[in-house]
Amino acid sequence: MAVLLLAEITDGELSADATGKALSAAKSLGDVTVLAAGASAAAAGEAAAKLDGVSKVLVAEDPALGHRLAEATAALIVSLAGDYDHIMAPATTDAKNIMPRVAALLDVMVISDISGVVDADTFERPIYAGNAIQTVKSSDATKVITVRTANFDAVGEGGSGTVETATLPDFPTLSEWVEDKVAESDRPELTSAGIVVSGGRGVGSEESFAIIEALTDKLGAAVGASRAAVDSGYAPNDWQVGQTGKVVAPDLYVAVGISGAIQHLAGMKDSKIIVAINKDEEAPIFQVADYGLVADLFAAVPELTEKL
Amino acid sequence: MKVLVPVKRVIDYNVKVRVKADGSGVDLANVKMSMNPFDEIAVEEAIRLKEAGKVEEVVVVSIGVKQAQETLRTALAMGADRAILVVASEDVHNDIEPLAVAKILKGVIDEEQPGLVLCGKQAIDNDMNATGQMLSALMGWSQATFASALDIDGEHAVVTREVDGGLQTIKVTMPSIVTVDLRLNEPRYASLPNIMKAKKKPLDEKSADDYGVDVTPRLEVVKTSEPAGRAAGIMVGSVDELVAKLKEVGAV
Repeated sequence: MAVLLLAEITDGELSADATGKALSAAKSLGDVTVLAAGASAAAAGEAAAKLDGVSKVLVAEDPALGHRLAEATAALIVSLAGDYDHIMAPATTDAKNIMPRVAALLDVMVISDISGVVDADTFERPIYAGNAIQTVKSSDATKVITVRTANFDAVGEGGSGTVETATLPDFPTLSEWVEDKVAESDRPELTSAGIVVSGGRGVGSEESFAIIEALTDKLGAAVGASRAAVDSGYAPNDWQVGQTGKVVAPDLYVAVGISGAIQHLAGMKDSKIIVAINKDEEAPIFQVADYGLVADLFAAVPELTEKL
Repeated sequence: MKVLVPVKRVIDYNVKVRVKADGSGVDLANVKMSMNPFDEIAVEEAIRLKEAGKVEEVVVVSIGVKQAQETLRTALAMGADRAILVVASEDVHNDIEPLAVAKILKGVIDEEQPGLVLCGKQAIDNDMNATGQMLSALMGWSQATFASALDIDGEHAVVTREVDGGLQTIKVTMPSIVTVDLRLNEPRYASLPNIMKAKKKPLDEKSADDYGVDVTPRLEVVKTSEPAGRAAGIMVGSVDELVAKLKEVGAV
C-alpha cells in the first residue's frame, strides 16, 4: 500500500504538528510519500523528510501553489494520484478546501475528518457534532482522507526520506489570491498548544476577555473561545473551539464561563485534563471536567492567574 | 443572474442525537427536522443578493426524501422564488453522499444555468464538508469555501474566507461555487404571510434517475456507536484547591 500525504505548509514553513499527527495515521496504512507544495516548499520538504515514517518527499514549487488555492493544489494531487492507494491530509481548513475537490476529480467519495483507522478500507469518523462515531468502509479504489489531528499523536523525527520534485500540471486559473489577514500573536497555535484557556459567553464582553488572556499568557497557553463568545463578538472566529471551529486536545484545557454546549464539547473533550470554571453549577461542562469550580469567573480567574 | 441554493433536511440543531441500540445509525424517527443551519445562511445570502438587485431569481433545490419539500417551503417562505425537489431515497435514514448529491446538482445546473451556487459549508448530520467542493470539481468552476463575506462584481466575486489563523480573501471567476460559513449573515425568520405565500410558489419534483445518477453509497456504514464518555471528575471548593490539584497531577 502506498500513501500520499499532503503536508501542511504555511508561508513555506512545515507545520510539523499537523503534518506529524496525520502522518501517524498514514504510516499505519503503508509506505508514506509526503507532498510539500507551495510557492516555496523545499525547506518544508527537507523538514518533512526527517519525520519518522516518511520514505519519500515530493516537492512541488510554483507561484500558483503559493496560497493553497483549491484548484491548483487539487490539480497537482490528481496528477500524482495514480501511484497511491490512499491520499491523506490533516483536516485543516486548507485540506478541507482541497481534498473533497480531489476526491470528486477521481470519482471517489472523500472520507472527512477520520478519528481512527480500522484497516486499509475502514475508518472511524465523528458525525452529528461528535455525538456519534460512524465506522465506514470504502469501496473506492483510491481513498481520499482528511485526518482529525486531535485524535493522533504527532510522530517525531528519525526519518530519512529521499526528496524528489514534482511539477504542477496545466490547469485553468479560476481564482486568485488577494490578501491574508492573519492575527499576529506570540501565543502558541491553538490546535498544537499544550495548554488552552477558552472563554465563553459568561465572559460578557470583548474587554473582559483580557482576564482570559492574562491567564493564557501566565500559562504560556493558546487562547480559545466558544461559539457563543464568537457569535457575541467577544472573540475572533479563529479562536473558536468546537465542531464548527477548531478541534483541540491539549494536555490541559481550561474552560471559563463556558456552559458546555455539545458543539463545543465536540471540539475539546479529548483534552487530557479539563478544568471548568462557571458560576452555574448545573452547567453541562462540569460533566466532562476533571476539576470543576463553581465560582464567579471575574474573581476566580484573576486569583488563579496570580496563584499559578 | 440566477442563484442556485442546495438545502438539506437534517435533524434540528437543538435535538439531542440518539444512537440506535443496534448500532445501525442515529434515530431519526419522530424527531424534529429542520433546514441545515449553514444552508439557511446560504438562502439568506441569495435573497439579499436579489434584494440588492444583483440577482434576478433564487432557486432552491433539495436532494433526499420526499419530506424535504417542507425544507424547500421554508426556503420559499424566506424569499426564494422557486424550488426543485429531487427524490433520491424513500428512507430518511439513507443519507445521500456528497458525491452523488454533487452529481445530481450538476444535472440541475446543466438545466438551470445559474451564475452562482451558494451552499452551506457542511451539513450538521454527516459533517462531511464536501458537497460544494465536489460540485465545483465536477463543473470545473471556481471554488470559494467557508465564506464570511461575498461581493459580486460582474465577471468576478471577491470572497473572504474563514481559514486557520484568520481570514483569506480571494477573487474568483464567475460562475462560481461558494460555500458559506457562520458569520456571513444572520438568516431571517419567515413571516406568517410569507409562509402562506410560499405554499403557492412553484415546486418541481424530480428523481435521481431523471439525472441518470446512481446514488449507491461508496462508503458502507459498518456501525454507528456512542462516543466514549469521560469519567466523572471532582468539584473543588476554591482556587487554592484547584491550584493544588493541578500541581499534584503535574498539569501546571
